[in-house]
Amino acid sequence: MKELLQRSFGLLASNDVPAQGSYMKTQSSYMKTQIVERLRSIGQAMIGPISLILLWWLAAEADWVSENLLPGPWETFGTMFSNLVHGDMLKDAGATLKLTISALCIAGVLGIPVGILLGSNVSLYRSFEFVIDFFRSTPVTAMFPLFLLIFGIDDTSKISVAAFAAWLVLVFNVAYGVMNARKTRILAAKVMGASRGRVLRDVMLYESLTQTFVGIRMAISIGLVVIIVAEMFIGSVDGMGHRIIDSQQVYDLEDMYSSIIITGVLGYGLNLIFLALERWIVHWAGR
Amino acid sequence: MTTHTRSIAGLKKKPFRPGKIGTHITIRELTKWYSGKPLYEDFELDIPKNKVTCIFGPNGCGKSTIINMIAGLIEPDGGNILFDGKSLKDTVIGYVFQNYRDALFPWLRAIDNIKYPLKLMGKSQVECDLRADSLIESFDVRFDLNRFPYELSGGQQQLVSIMRALAPEPEVLFLDEPFSALDYEMTLFIRDKLQEIFQNTKLTTVIVSHDLEEAVFLADEILLLTRRPTKVADVITFDAPRPRDINTLASETFIQTKLKCLEIFQREVRR
Repeated sequence: MKELLQRSFGLLASNDVPAQGSYMKTQSSYMKTQIVERLRSIGQAMIGPISLILLWWLAAEADWVSENLLPGPWETFGTMFSNLVHGDMLKDAGATLKLTISALCIAGVLGIPVGILLGSNVSLYRSFEFVIDFFRSTPVTAMFPLFLLIFGIDDTSKISVAAFAAWLVLVFNVAYGVMNARKTRILAAKVMGASRGRVLRDVMLYESLTQTFVGIRMAISIGLVVIIVAEMFIGSVDGMGHRIIDSQQVYDLEDMYSSIIITGVLGYGLNLIFLALERWIVHWAGR
Repeated sequence: MTTHTRSIAGLKKKPFRPGKIGTHITIRELTKWYSGKPLYEDFELDIPKNKVTCIFGPNGCGKSTIINMIAGLIEPDGGNILFDGKSLKDTVIGYVFQNYRDALFPWLRAIDNIKYPLKLMGKSQVECDLRADSLIESFDVRFDLNRFPYELSGGQQQLVSIMRALAPEPEVLFLDEPFSALDYEMTLFIRDKLQEIFQNTKLTTVIVSHDLEEAVFLADEILLLTRRPTKVADVITFDAPRPRDINTLASETFIQTKLKCLEIFQREVRR
Protein backbone atom coordinates (compact mmCIF):
# COMPACT_ATOMS: atom_id res chain seq x y z
CA MET A 1 0.00 0.00 0.00
CA LYS A 2 2.72 2.38 1.03
CA GLU A 3 4.67 1.46 -2.04
CA LEU A 4 1.63 1.97 -4.23
CA LEU A 5 1.06 5.40 -2.78
CA GLN A 6 4.66 6.32 -3.28
CA ARG A 7 4.54 5.10 -6.82
CA SER A 8 1.38 6.98 -7.71
CA PHE A 9 2.65 10.05 -5.96
CA GLY A 10 5.90 9.78 -7.83
CA LEU A 11 3.96 9.49 -11.06
CA LEU A 12 1.92 12.54 -10.24
CA ALA A 13 4.92 14.53 -9.24
CA SER A 14 7.24 13.80 -12.11
CA ASN A 15 8.01 11.46 -14.94
CA ASP A 16 11.72 11.30 -14.44
CA VAL A 17 12.78 8.30 -12.44
CA PRO A 18 16.27 8.65 -11.04
CA ALA A 19 18.77 6.59 -12.97
CA GLN A 20 20.08 3.70 -10.97
CA GLY A 21 23.78 4.36 -11.11
CA SER A 22 24.71 8.01 -11.29
CA TYR A 23 28.46 7.82 -11.15
CA MET A 24 29.33 11.46 -11.58
CA LYS A 25 26.94 13.12 -9.20
CA THR A 26 26.66 12.70 -5.49
CA GLN A 27 23.26 12.01 -4.05
CA SER A 28 22.75 15.56 -2.79
CA SER A 29 23.77 17.31 -5.98
CA TYR A 30 21.51 14.94 -7.85
CA MET A 31 18.62 15.95 -5.58
CA LYS A 32 19.50 19.58 -6.05
CA THR A 33 19.27 19.32 -9.83
CA GLN A 34 16.00 17.49 -9.39
CA ILE A 35 14.56 20.28 -7.26
CA VAL A 36 15.71 22.86 -9.78
CA GLU A 37 14.05 20.81 -12.53
CA ARG A 38 10.85 20.58 -10.51
CA LEU A 39 10.79 24.33 -9.86
CA ARG A 40 11.43 25.05 -13.50
CA SER A 41 8.54 22.86 -14.61
CA ILE A 42 6.22 24.47 -12.05
CA GLY A 43 7.37 27.89 -13.26
CA GLN A 44 6.66 26.94 -16.87
CA ALA A 45 3.19 25.74 -15.96
CA MET A 46 2.42 29.03 -14.18
CA ILE A 47 3.26 31.26 -17.15
CA GLY A 48 -0.15 30.71 -18.79
CA PRO A 49 -2.39 31.50 -15.80
CA ILE A 50 -0.27 34.45 -14.71
CA SER A 51 -0.31 36.05 -18.17
CA LEU A 52 -4.08 35.54 -18.36
CA ILE A 53 -4.60 37.32 -15.04
CA LEU A 54 -2.19 40.09 -16.11
CA LEU A 55 -4.09 40.51 -19.37
CA TRP A 56 -7.34 40.61 -17.43
CA TRP A 57 -5.91 43.21 -15.07
CA LEU A 58 -4.62 45.31 -17.98
CA ALA A 59 -7.94 45.07 -19.80
CA ALA A 60 -9.84 46.19 -16.71
CA GLU A 61 -7.34 48.84 -15.63
CA ALA A 62 -6.81 50.42 -19.04
CA ASP A 63 -10.54 50.33 -19.73
CA TRP A 64 -10.13 48.21 -22.87
CA VAL A 65 -13.38 46.62 -21.85
CA SER A 66 -16.20 48.59 -20.25
CA GLU A 67 -16.23 48.47 -16.51
CA ASN A 68 -19.86 47.40 -16.80
CA LEU A 69 -18.74 44.12 -18.32
CA LEU A 70 -15.43 43.35 -16.67
CA PRO A 71 -14.47 43.96 -13.07
CA GLY A 72 -10.76 43.81 -12.24
CA PRO A 73 -9.15 40.56 -11.11
CA TRP A 74 -8.29 41.76 -7.60
CA GLU A 75 -11.84 42.92 -6.87
CA THR A 76 -13.16 39.65 -8.24
CA PHE A 77 -10.81 37.53 -6.19
CA GLY A 78 -11.62 39.65 -3.16
CA THR A 79 -15.34 39.10 -3.63
CA MET A 80 -14.68 35.42 -4.23
CA PHE A 81 -12.78 35.17 -0.98
CA SER A 82 -15.39 36.96 1.11
CA ASN A 83 -18.25 35.02 -0.53
CA LEU A 84 -16.47 31.77 0.13
CA VAL A 85 -15.60 32.57 3.72
CA HIS A 86 -18.50 34.73 4.87
CA GLY A 87 -21.14 34.23 2.16
CA ASP A 88 -22.98 31.17 0.88
CA MET A 89 -20.82 30.38 -2.13
CA LEU A 90 -19.48 27.21 -0.54
CA LYS A 91 -23.03 26.07 0.04
CA ASP A 92 -23.84 26.65 -3.64
CA ALA A 93 -20.69 24.87 -4.75
CA GLY A 94 -21.57 22.01 -2.39
CA ALA A 95 -25.08 21.78 -3.85
CA THR A 96 -23.72 21.58 -7.40
CA LEU A 97 -21.10 19.07 -6.35
CA LYS A 98 -23.73 16.94 -4.65
CA LEU A 99 -25.95 16.85 -7.75
CA THR A 100 -23.00 16.16 -10.07
CA ILE A 101 -21.65 13.35 -7.94
CA SER A 102 -25.10 11.82 -7.51
CA ALA A 103 -25.54 11.84 -11.27
CA LEU A 104 -22.08 10.31 -11.76
CA CYS A 105 -22.72 7.58 -9.22
CA ILE A 106 -25.97 6.61 -10.90
CA ALA A 107 -24.28 6.70 -14.29
CA GLY A 108 -21.41 4.57 -12.99
CA VAL A 109 -23.54 1.94 -11.29
CA LEU A 110 -25.78 1.59 -14.34
CA GLY A 111 -23.24 2.36 -17.04
CA ILE A 112 -20.14 0.31 -16.28
CA PRO A 113 -21.89 -3.10 -16.14
CA VAL A 114 -23.88 -2.31 -19.29
CA GLY A 115 -20.69 -1.22 -21.03
CA ILE A 116 -18.92 -4.42 -20.07
CA LEU A 117 -21.90 -6.47 -21.21
CA LEU A 118 -22.10 -4.69 -24.57
CA GLY A 119 -18.36 -4.72 -25.08
CA SER A 120 -17.98 -8.42 -24.40
CA ASN A 121 -20.81 -9.32 -26.74
CA VAL A 122 -20.13 -7.94 -30.18
CA SER A 123 -23.49 -8.87 -31.69
CA LEU A 124 -25.30 -7.22 -28.78
CA TYR A 125 -23.15 -4.12 -29.28
CA ARG A 126 -23.99 -4.03 -32.99
CA SER A 127 -27.68 -4.17 -32.13
CA PHE A 128 -27.47 -1.15 -29.86
CA GLU A 129 -24.69 0.78 -31.57
CA PHE A 130 -27.08 2.98 -33.51
CA VAL A 131 -29.25 3.81 -30.50
CA ILE A 132 -26.24 4.73 -28.39
CA ASP A 133 -24.64 6.76 -31.16
CA PHE A 134 -27.92 8.52 -31.86
CA PHE A 135 -28.51 9.61 -28.29
CA ARG A 136 -24.85 10.45 -27.85
CA SER A 137 -25.18 12.84 -30.79
CA THR A 138 -28.43 14.33 -29.51
CA PRO A 139 -27.81 17.36 -27.29
CA VAL A 140 -28.97 16.13 -23.94
CA THR A 141 -30.39 19.56 -23.12
CA ALA A 142 -33.00 18.85 -25.79
CA MET A 143 -34.41 16.29 -23.40
CA PHE A 144 -34.81 18.62 -20.43
CA PRO A 145 -38.53 19.12 -21.01
CA LEU A 146 -39.08 15.39 -21.27
CA PHE A 147 -37.23 14.70 -18.03
CA LEU A 148 -39.13 17.55 -16.38
CA LEU A 149 -42.37 15.88 -17.42
CA ILE A 150 -41.26 12.56 -16.02
CA PHE A 151 -39.48 13.62 -12.83
CA GLY A 152 -41.03 16.98 -12.04
CA ILE A 153 -39.35 20.30 -11.28
CA ASP A 154 -36.84 19.37 -8.62
CA ASP A 155 -33.35 17.93 -8.21
CA THR A 156 -34.47 14.49 -9.36
CA SER A 157 -34.94 15.70 -12.91
CA LYS A 158 -31.60 17.53 -12.90
CA ILE A 159 -29.76 14.49 -11.61
CA SER A 160 -31.49 12.20 -14.05
CA VAL A 161 -30.71 14.29 -17.14
CA ALA A 162 -27.06 14.58 -16.09
CA ALA A 163 -26.95 10.89 -15.21
CA PHE A 164 -28.42 10.01 -18.58
CA ALA A 165 -25.82 12.04 -20.45
CA ALA A 166 -22.97 10.68 -18.32
CA TRP A 167 -24.33 7.15 -18.66
CA LEU A 168 -24.21 7.26 -22.46
CA VAL A 169 -20.59 8.42 -22.45
CA LEU A 170 -19.65 5.78 -19.90
CA VAL A 171 -21.39 2.91 -21.68
CA PHE A 172 -19.75 3.81 -24.94
CA ASN A 173 -16.26 4.14 -23.48
CA VAL A 174 -16.40 1.05 -21.28
CA ALA A 175 -17.76 -1.04 -24.16
CA TYR A 176 -15.03 0.31 -26.40
CA GLY A 177 -12.40 -0.52 -23.79
CA VAL A 178 -13.64 -4.07 -23.38
CA MET A 179 -13.80 -4.58 -27.14
CA ASN A 180 -10.25 -3.38 -27.58
CA ALA A 181 -8.83 -5.56 -24.83
CA ARG A 182 -5.54 -6.96 -25.94
CA LYS A 183 -6.18 -10.17 -27.84
CA THR A 184 -3.07 -11.92 -26.55
CA ARG A 185 -4.04 -11.50 -22.90
CA ILE A 186 -7.49 -12.93 -23.52
CA LEU A 187 -5.92 -15.85 -25.38
CA ALA A 188 -3.41 -16.31 -22.55
CA ALA A 189 -6.24 -16.58 -20.04
CA LYS A 190 -8.18 -18.94 -22.31
CA VAL A 191 -5.22 -21.24 -22.88
CA MET A 192 -4.78 -21.48 -19.11
CA GLY A 193 -8.33 -22.73 -18.95
CA ALA A 194 -10.25 -19.59 -17.95
CA SER A 195 -13.98 -19.70 -18.58
CA ARG A 196 -15.78 -16.87 -20.37
CA GLY A 197 -16.76 -15.36 -17.05
CA ARG A 198 -13.22 -15.55 -15.70
CA VAL A 199 -11.79 -13.98 -18.85
CA LEU A 200 -14.28 -11.16 -18.43
CA ARG A 201 -13.50 -10.65 -14.75
CA ASP A 202 -9.76 -11.31 -14.75
CA VAL A 203 -8.73 -9.78 -18.07
CA MET A 204 -11.30 -7.71 -19.90
CA LEU A 205 -12.28 -5.74 -16.82
CA TYR A 206 -8.69 -4.67 -16.23
CA GLU A 207 -7.99 -4.11 -19.89
CA SER A 208 -10.98 -1.80 -20.15
CA LEU A 209 -9.98 0.30 -17.14
CA THR A 210 -7.95 2.87 -19.08
CA GLN A 211 -10.83 3.57 -21.41
CA THR A 212 -13.27 3.47 -18.48
CA PHE A 213 -11.38 6.29 -16.82
CA VAL A 214 -11.42 8.28 -20.06
CA GLY A 215 -15.18 7.74 -20.00
CA ILE A 216 -15.46 8.76 -16.35
CA ARG A 217 -13.62 12.01 -16.96
CA MET A 218 -15.76 12.76 -20.00
CA ALA A 219 -18.84 11.92 -17.94
CA ILE A 220 -17.73 14.37 -15.25
CA SER A 221 -17.42 17.19 -17.77
CA ILE A 222 -20.78 16.46 -19.36
CA GLY A 223 -22.47 15.88 -16.01
CA LEU A 224 -21.24 19.20 -14.68
CA VAL A 225 -22.33 21.07 -17.83
CA VAL A 226 -25.81 19.60 -17.59
CA ILE A 227 -26.14 20.28 -13.86
CA ILE A 228 -25.01 23.91 -14.23
CA VAL A 229 -27.41 24.56 -17.12
CA ALA A 230 -30.23 22.81 -15.27
CA GLU A 231 -29.59 24.91 -12.18
CA MET A 232 -29.85 28.03 -14.29
CA PHE A 233 -33.21 27.27 -15.77
CA ILE A 234 -35.03 24.63 -13.77
CA GLY A 235 -36.47 26.08 -10.57
CA SER A 236 -33.42 26.12 -8.32
CA VAL A 237 -32.78 27.81 -5.02
CA ASP A 238 -29.08 27.04 -4.83
CA GLY A 239 -26.20 25.67 -6.87
CA MET A 240 -23.51 27.43 -8.91
CA GLY A 241 -25.68 27.62 -12.03
CA HIS A 242 -28.37 29.34 -10.04
CA ARG A 243 -25.81 31.66 -8.48
CA ILE A 244 -24.29 32.63 -11.85
CA ILE A 245 -27.62 33.49 -13.45
CA ASP A 246 -28.82 35.22 -10.28
CA SER A 247 -25.78 37.46 -10.03
CA GLN A 248 -26.11 38.26 -13.73
CA GLN A 249 -29.78 39.26 -13.21
CA VAL A 250 -28.92 41.60 -10.35
CA TYR A 251 -25.79 42.75 -12.15
CA ASP A 252 -23.36 41.62 -9.45
CA LEU A 253 -20.51 41.11 -11.90
CA GLU A 254 -17.84 40.34 -9.32
CA ASP A 255 -19.96 37.56 -7.89
CA MET A 256 -20.76 36.28 -11.39
CA TYR A 257 -17.12 36.14 -12.45
CA SER A 258 -16.02 34.53 -9.21
CA SER A 259 -18.87 31.98 -9.47
CA ILE A 260 -17.73 31.11 -12.99
CA ILE A 261 -14.18 30.63 -11.73
CA ILE A 262 -15.30 28.48 -8.81
CA THR A 263 -17.37 26.36 -11.19
CA GLY A 264 -14.26 25.92 -13.28
CA VAL A 265 -12.31 24.95 -10.18
CA LEU A 266 -15.00 22.37 -9.44
CA GLY A 267 -14.70 20.78 -12.88
CA TYR A 268 -10.91 20.92 -12.92
CA GLY A 269 -10.65 19.53 -9.39
CA LEU A 270 -12.93 16.58 -10.14
CA ASN A 271 -10.94 15.87 -13.26
CA LEU A 272 -7.68 16.01 -11.33
CA ILE A 273 -8.96 13.66 -8.62
CA PHE A 274 -9.97 11.07 -11.16
CA LEU A 275 -6.74 11.48 -13.08
CA ALA A 276 -4.81 10.75 -9.89
CA LEU A 277 -7.12 7.83 -9.14
CA GLU A 278 -6.53 6.52 -12.64
CA ARG A 279 -2.75 6.70 -12.30
CA TRP A 280 -2.98 4.88 -9.02
CA ILE A 281 -5.37 2.14 -10.14
CA VAL A 282 -4.25 1.69 -13.76
CA HIS A 283 -0.60 1.82 -12.78
CA TRP A 284 0.48 -0.24 -15.79
CA ALA A 285 -0.95 2.11 -18.42
CA GLY A 286 1.56 3.09 -21.05
CA ARG A 287 4.31 0.92 -19.60
CA MET B 1 -17.14 -21.98 -46.10
CA THR B 2 -16.48 -23.31 -42.66
CA THR B 3 -19.51 -25.57 -42.51
CA HIS B 4 -18.87 -26.68 -46.07
CA THR B 5 -15.36 -27.96 -45.41
CA ARG B 6 -16.43 -29.39 -42.12
CA SER B 7 -19.13 -31.49 -43.76
CA ILE B 8 -16.64 -32.77 -46.35
CA ALA B 9 -14.27 -33.73 -43.57
CA GLY B 10 -17.19 -35.48 -41.92
CA LEU B 11 -18.11 -37.43 -45.05
CA LYS B 12 -14.80 -39.14 -45.63
CA LYS B 13 -14.31 -40.06 -42.02
CA LYS B 14 -11.62 -42.72 -41.89
CA PRO B 15 -11.19 -44.94 -38.85
CA PHE B 16 -8.84 -43.29 -36.35
CA ARG B 17 -5.25 -44.33 -36.91
CA PRO B 18 -3.19 -44.18 -33.74
CA GLY B 19 0.34 -42.81 -33.90
CA LYS B 20 3.48 -44.88 -33.70
CA ILE B 21 4.78 -45.92 -30.30
CA GLY B 22 5.99 -42.98 -28.24
CA THR B 23 3.53 -40.56 -29.79
CA HIS B 24 1.95 -38.00 -27.53
CA ILE B 25 -0.14 -35.82 -29.80
CA THR B 26 -1.91 -37.28 -32.82
CA ILE B 27 -3.25 -34.92 -35.46
CA ARG B 28 -5.60 -36.46 -38.00
CA GLU B 29 -7.43 -35.07 -41.05
CA LEU B 30 -6.80 -31.55 -39.81
CA THR B 31 -8.31 -28.92 -42.09
CA LYS B 32 -8.05 -25.16 -41.89
CA TRP B 33 -9.02 -22.70 -44.60
CA TYR B 34 -8.07 -19.06 -44.68
CA SER B 35 -9.81 -16.59 -46.99
CA GLY B 36 -11.03 -19.26 -49.38
CA LYS B 37 -7.75 -21.14 -49.63
CA PRO B 38 -6.68 -24.23 -47.74
CA LEU B 39 -3.83 -23.72 -45.27
CA TYR B 40 -4.06 -27.22 -43.90
CA GLU B 41 -5.92 -29.96 -45.78
CA ASP B 42 -6.05 -33.48 -44.39
CA PHE B 43 -2.95 -32.76 -42.34
CA GLU B 44 -1.58 -35.64 -40.28
CA LEU B 45 1.16 -35.51 -37.69
CA ASP B 46 2.46 -37.42 -34.68
CA ILE B 47 4.28 -35.42 -32.03
CA PRO B 48 6.53 -37.60 -29.83
CA LYS B 49 6.23 -37.82 -26.09
CA ASN B 50 8.94 -36.50 -23.72
CA LYS B 51 10.74 -34.87 -26.63
CA VAL B 52 11.29 -31.41 -27.98
CA THR B 53 9.79 -30.82 -31.40
CA CYS B 54 10.79 -27.68 -33.23
CA ILE B 55 8.59 -26.52 -36.07
CA PHE B 56 10.34 -24.77 -38.93
CA GLY B 57 9.07 -23.79 -42.33
CA PRO B 58 8.69 -21.06 -44.95
CA ASN B 59 6.87 -17.83 -44.18
CA GLY B 60 3.11 -18.11 -44.13
CA CYS B 61 3.05 -21.89 -43.94
CA GLY B 62 1.16 -21.70 -40.67
CA LYS B 63 3.81 -22.61 -38.09
CA SER B 64 2.03 -20.66 -35.41
CA THR B 65 -1.39 -21.68 -36.71
CA ILE B 66 -0.63 -25.35 -36.18
CA ILE B 67 0.41 -24.98 -32.56
CA ASN B 68 -2.45 -22.60 -31.94
CA MET B 69 -4.84 -25.21 -33.27
CA ILE B 70 -3.27 -27.89 -31.08
CA ALA B 71 -3.43 -25.56 -28.07
CA GLY B 72 -7.04 -24.67 -28.83
CA LEU B 73 -6.44 -20.98 -29.55
CA ILE B 74 -7.61 -21.36 -33.15
CA GLU B 75 -10.58 -23.50 -34.04
CA PRO B 76 -9.75 -25.91 -36.88
CA ASP B 77 -12.36 -26.37 -39.63
CA GLY B 78 -12.17 -30.13 -39.33
CA GLY B 79 -10.18 -33.07 -38.09
CA ASN B 80 -9.18 -34.10 -34.63
CA ILE B 81 -6.28 -33.65 -32.26
CA LEU B 82 -5.73 -36.02 -29.35
CA PHE B 83 -3.27 -36.01 -26.45
CA ASP B 84 -2.58 -39.63 -25.52
CA GLY B 85 -6.09 -40.32 -26.74
CA LYS B 86 -7.61 -37.52 -24.65
CA SER B 87 -9.11 -34.33 -25.95
CA LEU B 88 -7.64 -30.92 -25.13
CA LYS B 89 -10.38 -30.40 -22.54
CA ASP B 90 -8.90 -33.17 -20.39
CA THR B 91 -5.31 -32.08 -20.91
CA VAL B 92 -3.29 -29.48 -19.02
CA ILE B 93 -1.09 -27.51 -21.38
CA GLY B 94 1.27 -24.59 -21.02
CA TYR B 95 1.70 -21.91 -23.66
CA VAL B 96 4.37 -19.27 -23.98
CA PHE B 97 3.61 -16.39 -26.31
CA GLN B 98 6.05 -14.59 -28.51
CA ASN B 99 5.19 -11.23 -27.05
CA TYR B 100 5.57 -11.49 -23.29
CA ARG B 101 4.57 -7.86 -22.89
CA ASP B 102 1.10 -8.57 -24.21
CA ALA B 103 0.78 -11.99 -22.63
CA LEU B 104 1.51 -11.27 -18.97
CA PHE B 105 -1.08 -9.49 -16.87
CA PRO B 106 0.45 -6.12 -15.90
CA TRP B 107 -2.11 -5.60 -13.10
CA LEU B 108 -0.72 -8.64 -11.27
CA ARG B 109 2.71 -8.88 -9.72
CA ALA B 110 5.05 -11.33 -11.43
CA ILE B 111 4.52 -13.90 -8.68
CA ASP B 112 0.72 -13.61 -9.02
CA ASN B 113 1.03 -14.02 -12.75
CA ILE B 114 2.80 -17.30 -12.09
CA LYS B 115 0.12 -18.39 -9.63
CA TYR B 116 -2.77 -17.34 -11.85
CA PRO B 117 -3.27 -20.66 -13.69
CA LEU B 118 -3.22 -22.45 -10.33
CA LYS B 119 -5.89 -20.12 -8.99
CA LEU B 120 -7.94 -20.87 -12.10
CA MET B 121 -7.70 -24.56 -11.27
CA GLY B 122 -9.14 -23.80 -7.85
CA LYS B 123 -5.93 -24.52 -5.93
CA SER B 124 -5.67 -23.18 -2.40
CA GLN B 125 -3.34 -20.35 -1.43
CA VAL B 126 -0.98 -22.83 0.25
CA GLU B 127 -0.80 -25.05 -2.82
CA CYS B 128 -0.15 -22.00 -5.01
CA ASP B 129 2.65 -20.85 -2.71
CA LEU B 130 4.27 -24.28 -2.60
CA ARG B 131 4.22 -24.67 -6.37
CA ALA B 132 5.54 -21.15 -6.89
CA ASP B 133 8.34 -21.79 -4.39
CA SER B 134 9.40 -24.98 -6.12
CA LEU B 135 9.39 -23.19 -9.50
CA ILE B 136 11.46 -20.32 -8.10
CA GLU B 137 13.91 -22.80 -6.69
CA SER B 138 14.25 -24.87 -9.85
CA PHE B 139 14.68 -21.74 -11.95
CA ASP B 140 17.09 -20.19 -9.51
CA VAL B 141 15.31 -16.84 -9.87
CA ARG B 142 17.53 -13.96 -8.81
CA PHE B 143 15.17 -11.04 -9.32
CA ASP B 144 12.24 -9.80 -7.24
CA LEU B 145 9.04 -11.54 -8.29
CA ASN B 146 7.00 -9.11 -6.22
CA ARG B 147 7.49 -6.53 -8.93
CA PHE B 148 5.03 -5.83 -11.69
CA PRO B 149 5.91 -7.27 -15.12
CA TYR B 150 6.61 -3.85 -16.62
CA GLU B 151 9.29 -3.31 -13.99
CA LEU B 152 11.23 -6.34 -15.24
CA SER B 153 13.52 -6.69 -18.23
CA GLY B 154 12.34 -8.47 -21.36
CA GLY B 155 14.17 -11.66 -20.51
CA GLN B 156 12.86 -11.65 -16.96
CA GLN B 157 9.34 -11.15 -18.27
CA GLN B 158 9.68 -14.06 -20.68
CA LEU B 159 11.05 -16.17 -17.84
CA VAL B 160 7.96 -15.27 -15.82
CA SER B 161 5.78 -16.30 -18.80
CA ILE B 162 7.56 -19.63 -18.94
CA MET B 163 7.14 -20.14 -15.20
CA ARG B 164 3.47 -19.28 -15.52
CA ALA B 165 3.09 -21.83 -18.31
CA LEU B 166 4.83 -24.48 -16.22
CA ALA B 167 3.01 -23.72 -12.96
CA PRO B 168 0.07 -26.10 -13.49
CA GLU B 169 2.52 -28.94 -14.34
CA PRO B 170 1.38 -29.25 -17.93
CA GLU B 171 1.57 -32.36 -20.08
CA VAL B 172 2.71 -30.35 -23.07
CA LEU B 173 4.51 -27.03 -23.31
CA PHE B 174 4.01 -24.87 -26.38
CA LEU B 175 6.33 -22.00 -27.20
CA ASP B 176 5.55 -19.68 -30.08
CA GLU B 177 8.80 -18.02 -31.17
CA PRO B 178 9.75 -17.41 -27.56
CA PHE B 179 13.02 -15.64 -28.38
CA SER B 180 12.04 -13.33 -31.19
CA ALA B 181 11.31 -10.37 -28.91
CA LEU B 182 14.47 -10.84 -26.85
CA ASP B 183 18.00 -9.59 -27.29
CA TYR B 184 20.80 -12.08 -27.84
CA GLU B 185 22.00 -12.20 -24.24
CA MET B 186 18.52 -12.95 -22.99
CA THR B 187 17.95 -15.47 -25.75
CA LEU B 188 20.96 -17.44 -24.57
CA PHE B 189 19.81 -17.20 -20.97
CA ILE B 190 16.25 -18.40 -21.67
CA ARG B 191 17.56 -21.12 -24.01
CA ASP B 192 19.66 -22.55 -21.19
CA LYS B 193 16.74 -22.39 -18.79
CA LEU B 194 14.57 -24.25 -21.30
CA GLN B 195 17.22 -26.90 -21.75
CA GLU B 196 17.27 -27.41 -18.00
CA ILE B 197 13.54 -28.00 -18.04
CA PHE B 198 13.77 -30.53 -20.87
CA GLN B 199 16.54 -32.35 -19.12
CA ASN B 200 14.91 -32.42 -15.72
CA THR B 201 11.28 -33.00 -16.58
CA LYS B 202 11.25 -34.66 -20.02
CA LEU B 203 8.26 -32.49 -20.75
CA THR B 204 6.76 -32.86 -24.21
CA THR B 205 7.57 -29.53 -25.84
CA VAL B 206 6.60 -27.96 -29.13
CA ILE B 207 8.52 -24.86 -30.23
CA VAL B 208 7.79 -22.72 -33.25
CA SER B 209 10.97 -21.13 -34.49
CA HIS B 210 12.00 -18.87 -37.31
CA ASP B 211 15.69 -19.47 -36.70
CA LEU B 212 16.97 -22.76 -38.03
CA GLU B 213 20.09 -22.86 -35.88
CA GLU B 214 18.04 -22.27 -32.77
CA ALA B 215 15.49 -24.88 -33.84
CA VAL B 216 18.13 -27.57 -34.36
CA PHE B 217 19.98 -26.61 -31.21
CA LEU B 218 16.90 -27.08 -29.02
CA ALA B 219 15.22 -29.95 -30.83
CA ASP B 220 15.05 -33.68 -30.54
CA GLU B 221 13.04 -33.59 -33.72
CA ILE B 222 12.86 -30.83 -36.29
CA LEU B 223 9.57 -30.75 -38.10
CA LEU B 224 9.97 -29.11 -41.50
CA LEU B 225 6.83 -27.83 -43.18
CA THR B 226 6.11 -27.10 -46.85
CA ARG B 227 4.51 -24.05 -48.43
CA ARG B 228 0.71 -23.89 -48.22
CA PRO B 229 -1.35 -26.02 -48.43
CA THR B 230 1.00 -27.16 -45.74
CA LYS B 231 2.30 -30.70 -45.44
CA VAL B 232 5.13 -32.24 -43.47
CA ALA B 233 8.21 -31.94 -45.68
CA ASP B 234 10.36 -34.05 -43.39
CA VAL B 235 11.10 -34.84 -39.78
CA ILE B 236 14.79 -34.73 -38.89
CA THR B 237 16.12 -36.20 -35.65
CA PHE B 238 18.89 -34.51 -33.73
CA ASP B 239 19.99 -36.54 -30.73
CA ALA B 240 23.03 -34.71 -29.42
CA PRO B 241 23.28 -35.18 -25.66
CA ARG B 242 22.05 -32.47 -23.29
CA PRO B 243 23.03 -30.09 -21.92
CA ARG B 244 24.02 -28.71 -25.26
CA ASP B 245 26.45 -25.82 -25.45
CA ILE B 246 28.90 -24.08 -27.77
CA ASN B 247 30.58 -27.41 -28.45
CA THR B 248 27.29 -28.77 -29.68
CA LEU B 249 27.04 -25.87 -32.10
CA ALA B 250 30.50 -26.65 -33.42
CA SER B 251 29.98 -30.41 -33.62
CA GLU B 252 29.87 -32.26 -36.93
CA THR B 253 26.43 -33.79 -36.30
CA PHE B 254 24.94 -30.36 -35.56
CA ILE B 255 26.35 -28.88 -38.73
CA GLN B 256 25.26 -31.85 -40.79
CA THR B 257 21.75 -31.82 -39.33
CA LYS B 258 21.40 -28.10 -39.92
CA LEU B 259 22.63 -28.50 -43.48
CA LYS B 260 20.15 -31.27 -44.15
CA CYS B 261 17.30 -29.15 -42.78
CA LEU B 262 18.44 -26.20 -44.86
CA GLU B 263 18.47 -28.30 -48.02
CA ILE B 264 14.95 -29.50 -47.40
CA PHE B 265 13.84 -25.99 -46.55
CA GLN B 266 15.32 -24.51 -49.71
CA ARG B 267 13.82 -27.27 -51.81
CA GLU B 268 10.42 -26.47 -50.34
CA VAL B 269 10.77 -22.73 -50.73
CA ARG B 270 11.73 -23.02 -54.41
CA ARG B 271 9.00 -25.50 -55.19
